[in-house]
Amino acid sequence: MLRHFLAGLAFLCACVTADAQNPGLQTILQEHQEIIAKSSRKTIKPAIDAIASSGLPQAQEMLETWAAKDMWMRKSDGLFFAGKKGEGRTYELTDFDTGDVVGTFEKSELKQLKPNSGIRAMIGTALVQFQLTDPDRAKRLAALQSIQRDPEGVLLEPLRASIKDEPDAGLKAQKQRIERLLTIGYDESTAARVSAIEEISGDLSVDVRAALNPLVVTARKAAAVLPTDANIAVILEPGSEMLTRDQAYDLLVASDLAAPRVSAGDIRAALAANIEGGRVAGIPVAQLNDDATRARAYAALAEAGVVPALVTDIEINAALDTHVFFETYAEPSPEVTAAAARALEQIELKVGLNQTLDLTLDAISLGSIYFLAAIGLAITFGVMGVINMAHGEFIMMGAYTGYVVQQFIPDHTLSIIVAIPMAFAVTFAMGVAMERLVIRWLYARPLETLLATFGISIALQQLAKNIFGTQARPLTAPGWLDGAWVLNDVVSISYIRIAIFVLAMIFLGLFLYIMKRTRLGLEMRAVTQNPRMAGSMGINPGRVNMLTFGLGSGIAGIAGVAIGLFAKVTSDLGSDYIVQSFMTVVVGGVGNIWGALAGAGMIGFLQKGIEWMNPSNTLAAQTYMIIFIIIFIQFRPRGIIALKGRAAGD
Amino acid sequence: MERSFVAKNPSVLVFLTILSLFTIAVTVLSEGFGIGVISTSFVKTLGKTLCLCLIAVAMDLVWGFTGILSLGHFAFFGLGGYMIGMWLMYERTRLIVVESLSQGEIPPTPSEVVDAVGTQIFGVVGSSDFPLVWAFSDSLILQLILVVLVPGLLALVFGWLAFRSRVTGVYLSILTQAMTLALALYLFQNDSGLRGNNGLSGLQNLPGVTASQDIVSIWFLWASALALGLGYMLAAWIVSGKFGSIIRGIRDNEARVRFLGYSVEVYKLAVFTLTACIAAIAGALYYPQAGIINPEEMAPIASIYLAVWVAIGGRGRLYGAVIGAAFVSLLSTWFTGGQAPDIPLGFYTIKWVDWWQVLLGVSFVLVTLFAPQGIGGLFDLWTNRRHPDRHGANLGPDDGSLREKEATE
Repeated sequence: MLRHFLAGLAFLCACVTADAQNPGLQTILQEHQEIIAKSSRKTIKPAIDAIASSGLPQAQEMLETWAAKDMWMRKSDGLFFAGKKGEGRTYELTDFDTGDVVGTFEKSELKQLKPNSGIRAMIGTALVQFQLTDPDRAKRLAALQSIQRDPEGVLLEPLRASIKDEPDAGLKAQKQRIERLLTIGYDESTAARVSAIEEISGDLSVDVRAALNPLVVTARKAAAVLPTDANIAVILEPGSEMLTRDQAYDLLVASDLAAPRVSAGDIRAALAANIEGGRVAGIPVAQLNDDATRARAYAALAEAGVVPALVTDIEINAALDTHVFFETYAEPSPEVTAAAARALEQIELKVGLNQTLDLTLDAISLGSIYFLAAIGLAITFGVMGVINMAHGEFIMMGAYTGYVVQQFIPDHTLSIIVAIPMAFAVTFAMGVAMERLVIRWLYARPLETLLATFGISIALQQLAKNIFGTQARPLTAPGWLDGAWVLNDVVSISYIRIAIFVLAMIFLGLFLYIMKRTRLGLEMRAVTQNPRMAGSMGINPGRVNMLTFGLGSGIAGIAGVAIGLFAKVTSDLGSDYIVQSFMTVVVGGVGNIWGALAGAGMIGFLQKGIEWMNPSNTLAAQTYMIIFIIIFIQFRPRGIIALKGRAAGD
Repeated sequence: MERSFVAKNPSVLVFLTILSLFTIAVTVLSEGFGIGVISTSFVKTLGKTLCLCLIAVAMDLVWGFTGILSLGHFAFFGLGGYMIGMWLMYERTRLIVVESLSQGEIPPTPSEVVDAVGTQIFGVVGSSDFPLVWAFSDSLILQLILVVLVPGLLALVFGWLAFRSRVTGVYLSILTQAMTLALALYLFQNDSGLRGNNGLSGLQNLPGVTASQDIVSIWFLWASALALGLGYMLAAWIVSGKFGSIIRGIRDNEARVRFLGYSVEVYKLAVFTLTACIAAIAGALYYPQAGIINPEEMAPIASIYLAVWVAIGGRGRLYGAVIGAAFVSLLSTWFTGGQAPDIPLGFYTIKWVDWWQVLLGVSFVLVTLFAPQGIGGLFDLWTNRRHPDRHGANLGPDDGSLREKEATE
C-alpha cells in the first residue's frame, strides 16, 4: 500500500515538475517506456502523440532516429538513446535532450527498437509537422506528399501554421491547395468547409474528387420512424425503381427489423433434417420432388413447431408499411453534403468534356495506327487493285527487321533511325520479288491473287516462327519517346502515339508528293488507269507496276517498325492488322488516299466510341465495329470517298 | 431425249462407289466392328475428314460454280457444331447432375436440376444462369433444326445485305472474312453465352449411350459418309440442271446473266444459304467427333484453308473439292502429327512440324500459278480433255474476252 502511494506521489511530482520546467524528452519517453519497448502498432499511438505534441525541438531528430531503427534502450535502466555503431559489437549512445555522448556499451546490454512499417508510418505522420517547416525544401516536399497520401485532421493545424513562412512560391501554392483539401474533410467549422468546397469546385484533379467523394457517400437504412438527427439524402419508397420490395424487405432483415425469409435451400435442409422413417410430416420422401409438395411438408413441420414458419406476403407487406426507408450521408452536415454534391456535379461536367477530348485523342491515335498499317495497302490494293493478303506479313517483316537491327546497334535512337530505311529496303525487295514472281501472272484473276498471296502469307508467318521462335521479341523505343504528354489528370497521350501520328502524317504527305508531283507517280496513275495506253506512250507498265508494288510493300515495312514499338513483335503481328487494314481501305474508298484517311479515322473513332460505351469489353467493340462496317458498306458500297467516272473502273 | 441424272454425272456413281467401299473397308479394319487394324483415333480422323470433304463440296458449289469466294463458310460450320454441342453438353451434364442429386436425402425438383446444370456448364465463365440462346438446348429435335436454321438465317441475312448492294469479287471475300472475324470475336467473349474461349467440351460422349468410343466413332463415320454421299448427290443434281447453268453463267459473266433477265441476287442468295446449311450439317457431324469446339475454330484463317483445299483439289468440279479436302487435311495431319520423317541436311534438320506450313503455302502458290485446275486437272489429262491456254494479253476490254493465244492458234 505504502509503495503504491509513494509511486503515485513520485509520478505526481514528476508531472508537476514537467509542467513547470519543460522536461526533457527522456521524461516523456519514460512515461511511455513500456509501450515503446513493446513496439506494437495498436498501443503505440499515445507515445507518439506525446512526443509530437511536446513541442521540443529535439523531438524531430528523436523520431527520425526511431524510424531509422537507430534508437536503443539501455537494459539496465530502460532509458532510450540514439545509438551509433562503434568498434566491434559496441554502440555509442547519445542522449536526445543534451546531444551528449553517454558512453559506449556492449550490444548485449542494449535493446534495439525496431518499429514495424505500421509504426513507421505513424511516426512519419507525426514527423510531418516538423518537416513542414524544415529548412530543406526536399523534406518539405516529401512531407506534403505524405499528407496527400494519407490525409488526417490533425495535420491541418501544423499545415496552416507553416503556410505563412513558406519561402518557396511553388510549395506555398501546393500547401495552400492541400490545406483547402484538408479543410473540406476535417475543419470543424461548417462554413469554412463549404467555402473551401466552393472554392475548389471546377478543379479536375483526382485528389479533389477523392476529397469530395467520401462526403456524398450514402448508406441505405430502414427504421420505424425517420430519425431527425441524421443527414438524410433521400427517402425511398419500397416498390420504386430505386428500391424494389424484395430489396426493402432484405434491408429490414439485415437491420433485424423483420424475420428472414425461408429460402428454397432452407426448406430443403429443414426437410432433410426431419425425415422420419422415409417420410417428412407424413409425406413420402420420394414425392418431395416439386415445390408445392415441399411447401406442404414444410408447412406441416412449421405447424408442429419444429421449424420457423414461412414469411407470408401479408407479413411482408405489413412490415414494409410500418417502416421507412432512406439513404443517409455519413457526413452529418447537410450544408457540406449539398455543397459537395454541387461541386461534384460541376466537376463531372468538366471531367466529361475532358474525357471526350481524351477519347478523341485516343481515337486519332488508333486511327493513325490503322492508317499507317493501311497506307501501303492503299497503294497496292487501292491504286493497283491487287489484293495482297501478305501485306500483314510485310508489316511483321518490318518489325522483325527493327528487332534485328537493335541486336547490332544497341543505341535505341540510332537503331530506329537505321531500322526505318532497312525495313523499307527489305520489304521493298520482298514486294518487288513477289510482284515479279507471282502477282504479275495473275493480274487478270484477282481472286487467284488473293489466294496466292495468302499462300505466301502463311509461308512467311511460319518462316518467321521458325527463325525467331513463337515468343514475342522486344523492339524498344528510344528513351525520349517514353512517358506521356499529360494535360491534366484526365487527358494524357503517350509520346509514342504522337510519334505514330506524326509518322502517319509524314507518309500522307509523302504519298501525295509521289503521286502528284513525281514522274513515277504520273506513270503509276497512267498505268493503273489504262496499262495499254500507258504502254503506247512509252511507259513500261511492268516496271511501273513492280515499283508501285515495291513502294506499297516498303511503306508496310516502315509501318511495321512503328507498330512494333508499342505492340509485341510476334509472327502474328501482321494478321492482327490485315482485316482492319482492308476494312480501312474498303470503307474509305478504294483508289483514294483521302478515303483511306477518312476510313482510318472513322474506324478509330468508332472503335474507341464503342469501347467507351462498354469499357470492360474490347472484343465486343471489335465485333460491333465490324458489324457496323458491314452495314455501312450497304449504304456506300464504294466507300466514303468514291471515285467517279472512268477512273472508277466500271 | 432427256438424259438421266447419272448419265449426265458419271462421276456421281464412281464417287458413291468409292465412298461406300471406303466406309466398308474402314468398318472392317476398325477396332469397334472389325479386326482392329485402324485405331479408333484414326477412325475419328477419317470421319472428320469426311465432314471436311462435305464442307469442301459446299465451298466448291459457292466458289467453284457460282464464283463467290466466301471466306466465311467455316463460321457456318462452327455454328452448326455449336448448335449440336449445346444439346450434347446440356443433356450429358443433366444426366450427371440428376445422378449426383439423387444421392441426396431429398429428391431434386426440376428447377433444382436446371440450376445445377447451369452451374456446371457456366461455372467456368462465372455464371450459373442459362442465357437465352440455350432456350432449346434440352430438346434434341429443336437443336437439330437449329443446326440448319441458325447458320441458314445468318447466311440469308448476310447474303441479302451483301448481294443486294452488289458487293462482288474480292470485296465480298473481305466482307465475308470480316463477318467470320466478328462472329469469332463475339464468341470469344465470356458473356456471349457460349462459354467464351472455353468453348463446349466433352462432345464425344453421347448422352445415354453406353457403347464405347470404338463403336461410336464408327457410327459417326457412317453418318459422315452418308451425309457426304447425300450432299455430293445434291450438289451434283443442282449443278447439272438449269439452275447449275445459270450459276455458272453468273460466275463467268454476272452482268450478262442479269441482262438476260435472271435475278442474279436470288440465285446467289440461294446458293450461299444452301451451302451455309450444308456447311452447318458438316460441322454438326464434325465436332462430336472432335470432342471440343471453341471460337478459335471459326477464325478467318480456317475459311481460307477451306479455299486452299478446294483450289488444290480443283474448283469447278465436285470430286476435285473432295479430293483436295481429303488430300490436304490428311497430309496436314500426317505432317503436323510428327509422323513425317525429319530431313537432316547436315547443317540443319528440317522438322516437318515446323516446315509443313511453309511447304503448304509455297505449293499453294505453285498450284495457283501453274495448275489452276488443281489435282482434279489430272483427270482431264487422263480423259484427254484439254482447256484452251488462256495466258496472254486480252484482246477486248474485259477480263472475260478472247486472249491473244486463243486467237492466234
